[in-house]
Amino acid sequence: MTAGFKPKHQRLVLVVLALVAILAAGALAAWALKNQASYFYIPSQIVANPPDPDRGVRLGGMVKAGSLKTAADGITMHFVVDDGKAQVPVTFAGIAPDLFKEGSGVVAEGHMMKDGTFVADNLLAKHDENYVPRELQDMSKQQARQTVAETR
Amino acid sequence: MHAFANPARFLRIARPLTPVLLLSGMAITAAALAYGLFYAPAERLQGETVRILFIHVPAAWLGMAGWSGIALASLVELVWRHPLAALAARGSAVPGAVFCALCLASGSLWGRPAWGTYWVWDGRLTSMLVLLFLYFGYIALAAAVQREGGSSRIPAIFGLVGAINIPIIHYSVIWWNSLHQPPSLGWGTSAMAAPFLWGLLASTLGFTLIFAGVVLARMRALLADIQAEARLRRKALES
Repeated sequence: MTAGFKPKHQRLVLVVLALVAILAAGALAAWALKNQASYFYIPSQIVANPPDPDRGVRLGGMVKAGSLKTAADGITMHFVVDDGKAQVPVTFAGIAPDLFKEGSGVVAEGHMMKDGTFVADNLLAKHDENYVPRELQDMSKQQARQTVAETR
Repeated sequence: MHAFANPARFLRIARPLTPVLLLSGMAITAAALAYGLFYAPAERLQGETVRILFIHVPAAWLGMAGWSGIALASLVELVWRHPLAALAARGSAVPGAVFCALCLASGSLWGRPAWGTYWVWDGRLTSMLVLLFLYFGYIALAAAVQREGGSSRIPAIFGLVGAINIPIIHYSVIWWNSLHQPPSLGWGTSAMAAPFLWGLLASTLGFTLIFAGVVLARMRALLADIQAEARLRRKALES
């Protein structure tokens, strides 16, 4: 800080330095929290590092198309959660949310069993960022995507 | 920037601008919400609950914009000692907090039918709740400084430090796996079909105009408070 500096310039430099320090601290914290702040694991993480069966975890990903089957008892369902790299079979007995569908996102809360299946106590549907009117759903996926693309 | 430092000049502009902003904002918001409630189509997966979008997204934007305004005004206050900056920051705090709360409440009501839960502790929801608490802290701190006497630089520093939460809210859905969906709108891109997009842009414009009008009205009220107090003090000295 030389004598040529006006006080307001000195304050500006100090405030900017303080802001840079705060931002850097925030970015470091966010980076360090990367694993803790995630709400769920994706299948490839679960497959690579299977958690203990007695530890409650959340598994998130896409419900693989064609994998959803309801068991003979009518409430137990089996489906596969997919992230494009790994797949985890899931079992769930209960009421699924309305948005739970094949091909859309899901977050399952439950336990990873030793045999590689995930037993869910609760299902949450995950909506994606796409907003498509109901009239468009009868079109093929390709057509709908094109209609949405035209609005970009 | 100091052209508006004179409160009389600020008032000359703010006085006619306030009703213009409020009335045009209310008209646009009413039209956009009527469209959203009665004319917008049902969404493929969400169905009718998609209509909450027209309140939720503007509320989220204004909740974050309110704190960005506080941070910017605080910077101007700390560096340039602009006399109106502290008023601008204090004026944005209450409307920002209201929109932040509206965002959390509307999102919660949407979450029950869409996700199957009112609340989860994922990155986006948690960081937005932290923003609401930051607003409460700022409002209490600014009021205490006003009441007890003290430098208006104290809330300004709090306003600047709290701004770290704004990028965290924005990137929470990108950095971390979260139940909340990633942003549908980016610079020049949209994953939203046109009927949702245009209604959303209109309601965002309307709510933003209302927000600006409320901030101006609150700044004028704070200014009137200060002037009334100064007048009382002068009277007390004279007698």
